[in-house]
Amino acid sequence: MSSGRETDSGAQRKPHGWLKTLWHKLGSPRWFYDIGGRWLYGFGAFAVVLLTIGTIWGLAVAPIDYQQGNSYRIMFVHVPTAIVAQSCFMLCGAAGMVLLVWRMKMADMALEAAVPIGLLMSALALASGSIWGRPTWGAWWVSDARTVSTLIMLFLYIALYALRGAIPRAEAAGRACAVLAIVGLVNIPIIKYSVEWWNTLHQTSSFSVVERPAMPASMYLPLLLNVIGFYCFFATVLIARMRTLVLKKESGARWVQEL
Amino acid sequence: MTVFVSSLARDWRANLRQPSQIINPLAFFLLVVSLFPLGVGPEPLVLARIAPGVVWVLALLAALLSVEGLYRQDYDDGSLEQLVIGARPLYFAVLGKATSQWLVTGAPLTLLAPIAGFMLYLPTEQVGWLMLSLALGTPTITLLAGIGAALTVGVNRGGTLLALIILPLFVPVLIFGTAVTETLLLGASREFPLLILCALLAASITLAPFAIAAALKIGVEQ
Repeated sequence: MSSGRETDSGAQRKPHGWLKTLWHKLGSPRWFYDIGGRWLYGFGAFAVVLLTIGTIWGLAVAPIDYQQGNSYRIMFVHVPTAIVAQSCFMLCGAAGMVLLVWRMKMADMALEAAVPIGLLMSALALASGSIWGRPTWGAWWVSDARTVSTLIMLFLYIALYALRGAIPRAEAAGRACAVLAIVGLVNIPIIKYSVEWWNTLHQTSSFSVVERPAMPASMYLPLLLNVIGFYCFFATVLIARMRTLVLKKESGARWVQEL
Repeated sequence: MTVFVSSLARDWRANLRQPSQIINPLAFFLLVVSLFPLGVGPEPLVLARIAPGVVWVLALLAALLSVEGLYRQDYDDGSLEQLVIGARPLYFAVLGKATSQWLVTGAPLTLLAPIAGFMLYLPTEQVGWLMLSLALGTPTITLLAGIGAALTVGVNRGGTLLALIILPLFVPVLIFGTAVTETLLLGASREFPLLILCALLAASITLAPFAIAAALKIGVEQ
């Protein structure tokens, strides 16, 4: 339990020194526990405000779609959950690389904390897409590029979760999960393109944070709010879970017992 | 290179001394193929339509069945640990083991594919393409399956976990593997899926041994 004291190693004078210091600090469970407690409220407050405004705006105020009627409104849940599920997988892969290269404890905890959230988000994206697909495509499930690659992502999340549960020693379990997360990260784009060439029904994305939207602002803005809101919600849950893991794994450390 | 050859030769001899490990997955393959006409019905057109997909899915499942023991015995008798802590590069040793594994699973399965094709009324001109797609796809499958086998090497009864880990990774190989024989029905070219299969094979030969080696190191430490 020596970590938590190897911060502030004189990196401040170099260019981007603050970034390096932050990086070193992020490796410290104790520092993360303290600062995470404050971040938690920030992200939590943003999530509540953005999701409330975005959801009420999207469900009640935004105009009816001329083709799909009211059923399109499920996209205010469907699109954010799908985006967050994908980002979460990238986070898992990045955390896996950090863990294997630098053996950073916090990366292991980030990976462990993120997997169930990503699992839930991809399940929600699939479920909401399926509910939308029934009136629009006429079927609960259509095997096309997007749905299949999201389903595969869900299975990879389940595999990550199961692998951690199956290996008794925590450190080995974390590193095994890191390898699988990286392999999955490499494979996700391959799966995505392979299924796209195989069969495609799902419409292409009409939403992007940086480009001009292909839909009117009255639909686009609430969606944007909900996407950012879901990201904040994800960050809140992730930090809360990571703080719990810090307490659990560092339970032998003095600073935890003094809490 | 000597590491590759010695590892390949050692596993090849070990496999020949346990013929049941080679024969069981192949028997499973032919047995399940013979169940399809019973389950789906004996209409030649229906069977011919699903034949490439059936053969390919069974190739995945046969690989899954056979790969479970790939590192298990070496793990149990300690030779895996010697391989990992030894000075010789683990990458080539792993590649040698995977090659030997493919020689006793993927290669015979490719050679058995015509029999499966005849059982499922696959048109004769398609059989060659099916064999070619299997010859290019099964090495990739063996390497990907090796990652799962290495990750679960220390796990007791890791069979279902192994399936959960590697079956999602097989998806691209399955899609392009079946596309080689299905294109005649869609009227597109065969070259594209064949080239993609080659690309997947090249990528997995270069990258998968790294993942397998990393996973084996973790497995030995625990």
